[in-house]
Amino acid sequence: MTTDTAPVGGASAPLAEPVLEASGVVMRFGGLTAVNKVDLTVRQGEIVGLIGPNGAGKTTFFNCLTGLYVPTEGTVTYKGRVLPPRPHLVTEAGIARTFQNIRLFSNMTVLENVLVGRHTRTKEGLFSAILRGPSYRRAEQESRDRAMELLEFCGLAAKAEHLARNLPYGEQRKLEIARALASEPGLLLLDEPTAGMNPQETRAAEELVFAIRDLGIAILVIEHDMKFIFNLCDRTAVLVQGQKIVEGDRETVQNDERVVTAYLGAPLEGTTATEADQ
Amino acid sequence: MTTASHETTPVLRLPAVAAFAATLAGGVLAAASAAMSWTWTDEFPGDLTYYGSPAGLQWLALAGGLLTALLALGARGVKGLRWLSPSGGNNGVLFAALGTLAVCWYSVAAIAVELDGLVNLDPGGWVAAVGSLLAVVGALGLPLDRRRTVKQPPVAWWWYLVAAVAAVLRVGLGQGWALNAVPPGIRPIFTENLWFFVAVPVAVLGFRLWLLLDAWLRIGRIERPLPAARALPSWAEILVITAVFALGLGVVEFGISTEYGELFIAFLLLTVFATAALLASGAIARLRELTTRHRSVTTGAAFAAAGAFPFTQSSETYVLIGANILIFATVALGLNVVVGLAGLLDLGYVAFLGVGAYAAALVSGSPFSVFRGVHLPFPVAVLIGALAALVFGVVIGAPTLRLRGDYLAIVTLGFGEIFRIAMNNLDGRSGPSLTNGPNGIAAIPDVNLFGFDFGQPHEFLGLQLGKFGNYLLLMLVATAIVVVVFGRVANSRIGRAWVAIREDETAAEAMGINGFRVKLIAFALGATLAGLAGAVQAHVAGAVSPDQYLFAGPVPPNSAFLLAAVILGGMGTISGPLVGAALLFLIPAKLQFLQSYQLLAFGVALILLMRFRPEGLIANRRQQLEFHEAELPAQGASPDDALTKAGA
Repeated sequence: MTTDTAPVGGASAPLAEPVLEASGVVMRFGGLTAVNKVDLTVRQGEIVGLIGPNGAGKTTFFNCLTGLYVPTEGTVTYKGRVLPPRPHLVTEAGIARTFQNIRLFSNMTVLENVLVGRHTRTKEGLFSAILRGPSYRRAEQESRDRAMELLEFCGLAAKAEHLARNLPYGEQRKLEIARALASEPGLLLLDEPTAGMNPQETRAAEELVFAIRDLGIAILVIEHDMKFIFNLCDRTAVLVQGQKIVEGDRETVQNDERVVTAYLGAPLEGTTATEADQ
Repeated sequence: MTTASHETTPVLRLPAVAAFAATLAGGVLAAASAAMSWTWTDEFPGDLTYYGSPAGLQWLALAGGLLTALLALGARGVKGLRWLSPSGGNNGVLFAALGTLAVCWYSVAAIAVELDGLVNLDPGGWVAAVGSLLAVVGALGLPLDRRRTVKQPPVAWWWYLVAAVAAVLRVGLGQGWALNAVPPGIRPIFTENLWFFVAVPVAVLGFRLWLLLDAWLRIGRIERPLPAARALPSWAEILVITAVFALGLGVVEFGISTEYGELFIAFLLLTVFATAALLASGAIARLRELTTRHRSVTTGAAFAAAGAFPFTQSSETYVLIGANILIFATVALGLNVVVGLAGLLDLGYVAFLGVGAYAAALVSGSPFSVFRGVHLPFPVAVLIGALAALVFGVVIGAPTLRLRGDYLAIVTLGFGEIFRIAMNNLDGRSGPSLTNGPNGIAAIPDVNLFGFDFGQPHEFLGLQLGKFGNYLLLMLVATAIVVVVFGRVANSRIGRAWVAIREDETAAEAMGINGFRVKLIAFALGATLAGLAGAVQAHVAGAVSPDQYLFAGPVPPNSAFLLAAVILGGMGTISGPLVGAALLFLIPAKLQFLQSYQLLAFGVALILLMRFRPEGLIANRRQQLEFHEAELPAQGASPDDALTKAGA
């Protein structure tokens, strides 16, 4: 690692508690090193961006964080606890995610999708479902209320009984976020939340992300839309060929020669960094 | 009523009044023919020789004719009959008329063929044939909902070639010259399967004819909004539900107690057409509104109707069929937990039924059991059967459910066979003595609960209830348990987790669901329910033997039929597997002549089903949407939506 990873602008303010700490994460597939010694820290109340050209290893890194892959080397800790390498345990610990290509339960209703997200926060097993005692009914009702609140929060309450597959694209993205929020996470991982969105929808997504941050949930977001990233994020890390080459605020990233090279190749005469935004 | 893709026009251009009058008159004639003699001799099964007392096939003509006439009146808006066709469309009338035509002409043709010649028809037969034809012609003159376009797969030219070659070969095989061209060793393959060379041209030409017919009729379905139902007091609604189930009991009873193949085929034809007619007329949609409002009443009425069945029967034969249908249906519903909800393909499910049956038989006090002295009370035996199946479910599931995809299907297929072969060999010679090998465990004593001996006939309120009637009621309790468990679990935290796993396992895991754990629970619950049914089955049949638990065989339940019942009926629903199991049990039981071609017939039936109704006979709302989205009115197709798509 060649770059100073201390967050710029955090120098004066006291640093918040770190939520997620990834240190020296390496992921090898046979001879291919997809992620190479990446360190990343996300603190309480922060929105951190992760950008990089296609194939840079962003999603692989995400999968290492969420237990879909077991990192070859390195550790990931959440609030000081080393995360077990199983997706459902990671979610239980408090990290929720969305997927790059929407992965809703498309033949379930919108409400049911969110209820599935509540799985780790509820306990009712087979027998209480069969017996349907008062405590079961109370828990089920609470789950439904909480799910409806979340749908309200994401603006989907009116469509609670629709099938997920029948929602328009933008609302499917929102539903995926609502489903992730249902697991009451402390950290939300968003994998390209605005992919395929029009400008209005992107703006709505931005507002939603800020609203989530205001709930006290830290956010790590992968994105290709630079405007979205720089509007949103307190810090941005750039991943190129599995290595983190720079991390910092907007200026640090935009003015970094290596970022420009990574996105556009070697700069020609007269090229400025801002054009790399596109 | 017209839409972009559909129009409402008659097929035959008749004066409107004439068409209606012809339909009505045809329906009434067909119904009236039931009171006349159809043939002069009682040689034809059912004895259709009497004036004034309908029998067998004539009852079906009566029902079809009446339904046609009533639907025609209802669709015309006659007061007091609107409830029969709330949609106001005439397609239902046509379907009912076609059903009547099918029944009447099938009967007349059967009489003519079996008694050699049309001369054997009495006036009643002619009236039925002419009346039903008149009704169909009239119905074709009514304004029907039709597609504007004919979208059809053309029959490829080489199909005709194949058909022609098959026909020529059939002739050649008959004359001998074609047979000489093949080596003697394989000649029997040809001579024993001559039917095949007839079936191929018939199928190709039949398909072509069907396409021509469809292009002419273009019958389609317009989603007609139902007018708001007249508000009834809730006791009246409950009365309606009760009446419908009483009628349903009557229909099922008629089907089960059909005594000869012709009657059952005609019964099936009429049932299919009548169901289509009531679906098109909107009567079923209206009924569904009622049943969703009174869910528990509906369930109660369904069970009451099933419980009333043995009291309506004078002979035990059909009661035993009823009890066997219930066993089959209960196991199919258990399999629906595994296949329909959790999406796990289990090809050896019948083995869990076998485990339950064997475990219960061993402790039942049978003199052939190795635990000769052990005679546990029936509830304990059932519990042991269910627990044994649970243990096997966990043992089989634990190592395999960690894998994804088709491995489970292969392992369960293997387990099913291992179970059967192991039961065959645990006879004290090839292996430890436990099951008596192929002889099985026979002479399981009758259940005796609180002094009520299930083996003896009993009398309730003056109604006789025989041995199998007792067992049918006992089985009904087991069915009720499985229905309640399924209904409650399907709509719970664990049920949603199953569906989520079925939909997308990776996403489900990322939502915090331990895939292995919930799949194991589904597998174990499915096994337990099968074990429960198996324990009861062992007592109903009075014996268990390994050949009852095959992968595929002529007698249900076997693994292939169970899976077929679930898929045919509708995955993930409660009533679907029950209906599918009833059909799959009754059809082979009634159509004995199909025996050797039964599996072929099922294969064809399943292919047709997958093509035309992939969600099964009874679909849950999800699958209806999944498979027929394009045909439904688009949801949320607003300008906003178009913008989204343009932006995406």
